Amino acid sequence: METLTYLIYLLSAVLFILGLKQLSSPKTARRGNMLAMLGMLLAIAMTLLDKQILDYTYIIIGLVVGSGIGLIAARVVQMTAMPQMVALFNGFGGGASTLVAYSEYLSRLQDPALGFELNVTITIVLSVLIGTVTFTGSLIAFAKLQGLMKGAPIVFPGQQFLNAVLIVAVIVLGVMLAMDPSLEMFLLVILILSAIIGVTSVIPIGGADMPVVISLLNSYSGLAAAMTGFVISNNVLIVSGALVGASGLILTNIMCKAMNRSLFSVLFGAVGTDDSTGTGGEEQRTVTRYTAEDAVVMFGNAQSIIIIPGYGLAVAQAQHVLQEMAEILRKQGKTVRYAIHPVAGRMPGHMNVLLAEANVDYDLLYEMDDINDDFQDTDIAFIVGANDVVNPAARYKKNSPLYGMPILNADQAKTVMIVKRSLGAGFAGEANELFFDEKTMMLFGDAKKMITDIVRVLKES
Amino acid sequence: MGEVLVSLYVFVLAIFVGFEVITKVPPLLHTPLMSGSNAISGITIVGSLIAAGAEHSGLSTWLGLVAVIFATINVVGGFLVTDRMLEMFKKKDKDGE
Repeated sequence: METLTYLIYLLSAVLFILGLKQLSSPKTARRGNMLAMLGMLLAIAMTLLDKQILDYTYIIIGLVVGSGIGLIAARVVQMTAMPQMVALFNGFGGGASTLVAYSEYLSRLQDPALGFELNVTITIVLSVLIGTVTFTGSLIAFAKLQGLMKGAPIVFPGQQFLNAVLIVAVIVLGVMLAMDPSLEMFLLVILILSAIIGVTSVIPIGGADMPVVISLLNSYSGLAAAMTGFVISNNVLIVSGALVGASGLILTNIMCKAMNRSLFSVLFGAVGTDDSTGTGGEEQRTVTRYTAEDAVVMFGNAQSIIIIPGYGLAVAQAQHVLQEMAEILRKQGKTVRYAIHPVAGRMPGHMNVLLAEANVDYDLLYEMDDINDDFQDTDIAFIVGANDVVNPAARYKKNSPLYGMPILNADQAKTVMIVKRSLGAGFAGEANELFFDEKTMMLFGDAKKMITDIVRVLKES
Repeated sequence: MGEVLVSLYVFVLAIFVGFEVITKVPPLLHTPLMSGSNAISGITIVGSLIAAGAEHSGLSTWLGLVAVIFATINVVGGFLVTDRMLEMFKKKDKDGE
C-alpha cells in the first residue's frame, strides 16, 4: 500500500511537470492546467486513503469550506484584480505550509516515539519562517493592490535594522530549538517574529514595484511547500515546491530586468511611488492638442499601426473599445499589432490577459524583442496609458532612474500618438521627451472617452 | 540521514527541471503560469489532510483543519482561475470574415 501511495505521488509530480511544460504554448496551455489538476486530484485521493487518517470530520469540513471559497473567488474576480487574487492565494498556500509544520511539531511533541531528528526541527523552523512571511507579506501586498492600504512606501527610521534584528532573532531561536526541541514557546515566538518580518518587509515597497513582490512571494510559497515536504518526508511536496520556487524566481528576475531595478533595491530601496500616475511636476513646455478627428485623418493615411498599451488602459477600462478600434482599422486593410512591454500591467503577463479578455487574438500580441525592430517601418505608434516604457531617456540620459531600462522603440515610428490625461511624468519621475517630439500627436483626455470618440469618427467617415 | 539526503537530491534536481520547463513559457502566458504554479504549491494540502485527520491532540487537529481550508482555497481557486484565463486565449476564426 505504501509503495502504491508513493508511486501515485510520483505520478502526480510527473503530471505537474508535464502540465507546466504544456504552458509553453497557448494552444496546449489549457490542457496543461487540466493535467496539473489531475495530478493534484490523484495526490489528494491517495492521501485520503492513508492509514494515518482516523477521522474524516475535519477533513470534509475543510475541503467543503475551502472549495466553496476558492470556487467563488475564482468565478467573481475581475481580470484587472488578478494580481491581488494571486497574492491572496499565495498567502493561503504559505499559511497552510506553516500550519502543517506547526501541527507536525505539536504531534511529535506529544508522541515521544516519533522523536525529533535534527533535520526535522530545522525544516520545521524554515517551513514556519517562510510560510508565515509568505502569508503576512501576501496579505499586505493584497491590501496595497486592492487599495485597502496606500500604495506608497511606508518607511520608518530603523526599519532595515529592525528587519535584520528580527531575522537574527529567528535564527538564534531556531538554533536553540534544534538543540532542545521541547522548548515549545520558541516555535510560537518564531512564528510571531516571522509574521512581523512579512509585514515590515512588504510595507516599504511601492505600488509600482508590486509585480516583483508578487513574483517573489510566489517563489516563497513554493519554497515553503518544499520545506514542509522535508518535515513530513514527502517527495511530491518537495518536487512541486521546487518547481514553483524556480518559477517564481524566474519571473522575479524578468520583472526586475524589465523595470531596470535590482532585487536588492526593490526590497530595500523604498523608492517606488504610489500607484496614481501623473503626480510628477507638470512641465511648462507647450504641445499641440490634437482631437479624435485629427487622429482619424492620420489613420486614414497609415498602413501599419502598432498599439502600445499600458496599465492606464486597464485603469480607464478602455480595453474593449480599443479592440473595437483595432478591428475597424484591420477591416480597412491595415496591419494592426500590439506591442507588450513586460511590465505593462501589475503582474507578469497581466496585459496579455486583459487584452485576451477583450477578445484580442493572441497572435497579434507581440513581445518587446519580437516587435522592436519593426517600429522604424511603422506609420503610427499608438500609445495608451503607458509612459516610462516608451521614454527615450532610458537610452541616453545616464543620470535618469530609467537609464538602461529596455523600452519599446515607439519613437522610431513615423508618427506617434499618445492618449494621456496630462504631460506628467511616469512612476520613475522622469519627464518624457517623446511628448514634445514634433512627430508626436498628444491626444489629451480619458483613454476610454478618447478612443470611443475615435471609434465614432471612424464609423462616420 | 539517508532519506533526508535523497530528498535533498530530489529538491535540487527538481529546481533544475523547474528552470528548464519554466524558461520555455512565453511572457504571453506568465499570469496563468503564476496562478497555475501557485495552485501547484497548494500541494501542502496533502500534509494538511493528514494533520487534520490524525487523532493527535485538539490543537494540532484544529491547526490541520485551518490548513486544509487554506490549502483548498489555494488549490481550487488557483486552478479554476487559471482555467478561466486560459479559456480566453483564443485564436479568432478569420475564415468567417
